[in-house]
Amino acid sequence: MFGEKVIELIKEAERNRDTIDQYNDEKVRQIIEEMHVLFKMNMADANATSENKSLWTTVQVRHSALERNKRCLLAYLYNRMNKIRTLRWEFGSVLPSDVRELLSDSEYTWFSKYSTNLATYMRSLGQDIGYSGIDLTENLRPPKSLYIEVLCMSDYGKLELEDGDVILLKKNSRHFLPTSECQTLIRQGILKQIT
Amino acid sequence: MEYDNIELSDDEEEITAQTVLRTLQNAWQNERLAPEILPHQNEMVECMLGQIQHMERNINKLPKTDLRASIHKMELNRIKFIICNYLKTRLDKIEKYCISILNDEKQRLESGTNYLTPSEYKYAQEYLINMESHLKEAALDHVPGNMQSFDLNKLVIYPNLQAHVFLKANETVTGIILEDLGGDQDEEIDLEENSQHILQYKPIADLLKSGKVQLM
Repeated sequence: MFGEKVIELIKEAERNRDTIDQYNDEKVRQIIEEMHVLFKMNMADANATSENKSLWTTVQVRHSALERNKRCLLAYLYNRMNKIRTLRWEFGSVLPSDVRELLSDSEYTWFSKYSTNLATYMRSLGQDIGYSGIDLTENLRPPKSLYIEVLCMSDYGKLELEDGDVILLKKNSRHFLPTSECQTLIRQGILKQIT
Repeated sequence: MEYDNIELSDDEEEITAQTVLRTLQNAWQNERLAPEILPHQNEMVECMLGQIQHMERNINKLPKTDLRASIHKMELNRIKFIICNYLKTRLDKIEKYCISILNDEKQRLESGTNYLTPSEYKYAQEYLINMESHLKEAALDHVPGNMQSFDLNKLVIYPNLQAHVFLKANETVTGIILEDLGGDQDEEIDLEENSQHILQYKPIADLLKSGKVQLM
């Protein structure tokens, strides 16, 4: 049956709404192949129909299948684009390698472009009044308290705080730090909030 | 909190930082609750950013152990969150309704009533270009010839203007016409000052943009 494979792609996207799966290269290729087969059959029949109208319906059905495949393919890609967007907000402009492997080459190009575009926008914020931009990804959650207690998950080394103090982040050490300064490290998995 | 009187460069009207903050909070609230994108409040954002800078400098003058310093810092963090979240909400909408916003914005630019700031506009255009090249590279370039078109009209997502919203009237407004989609009995209602309602977004969209009502 036409259009059966494409439904599997849609289901795949639907199944894990919050996480991103491996890009299904094989399936996308098969679907595009199916489209080429349908197209060729249609071309052949369409040339024949000029004298014979009985094939007209068949051509119509195949054409709908083509349209549907295209639409579902785009939906699959669009859905993944939204997920990749979230990755930019969560991880910043550098993706961890295990996440990077889940994206196709074209998706990774899109990610880089999206990232650059977002960075350009954020740099432009408040430029008229002498700001050098605002990082919107730093304040994703409402601030609850100024300081939080964090546990260090790996040997990171020295960290200089905004007020000039330098602290040493060693594995399994606990610190009481300003919330705004450890958000990035928490997202990178170096610190873990324990309060 | 110590606020100074600050002047807006556009009009000579003098407003206090508290007013700016309140306007910004309202704008944030409206932006989060409205289905479509609203006119930008860039002057307010920049005004507040300037104020934050000023206050940060003041706080740094205080000794680190001073209680006032940490209370003020907390307050600043909250304001920063509001600004960031406001801008991010707008970006989310711009990305989601990219095509329809760009179409509308082109017309609005001609009449000089643009909703987006120049950088937001640039961001939206760039976003659309990136989306197009990605979809082409990943799928459209490989499918048969008659399926390759990147048809904006088929991809466009419109905000749901028929969605219902909670709102409060800031002043008395009379003669709002609620269309009756089923029959032909249009209904006309009046909103009293400070009264609260649940209404469809579309009939009150213009009132919201002119500040006569606010969402809640």
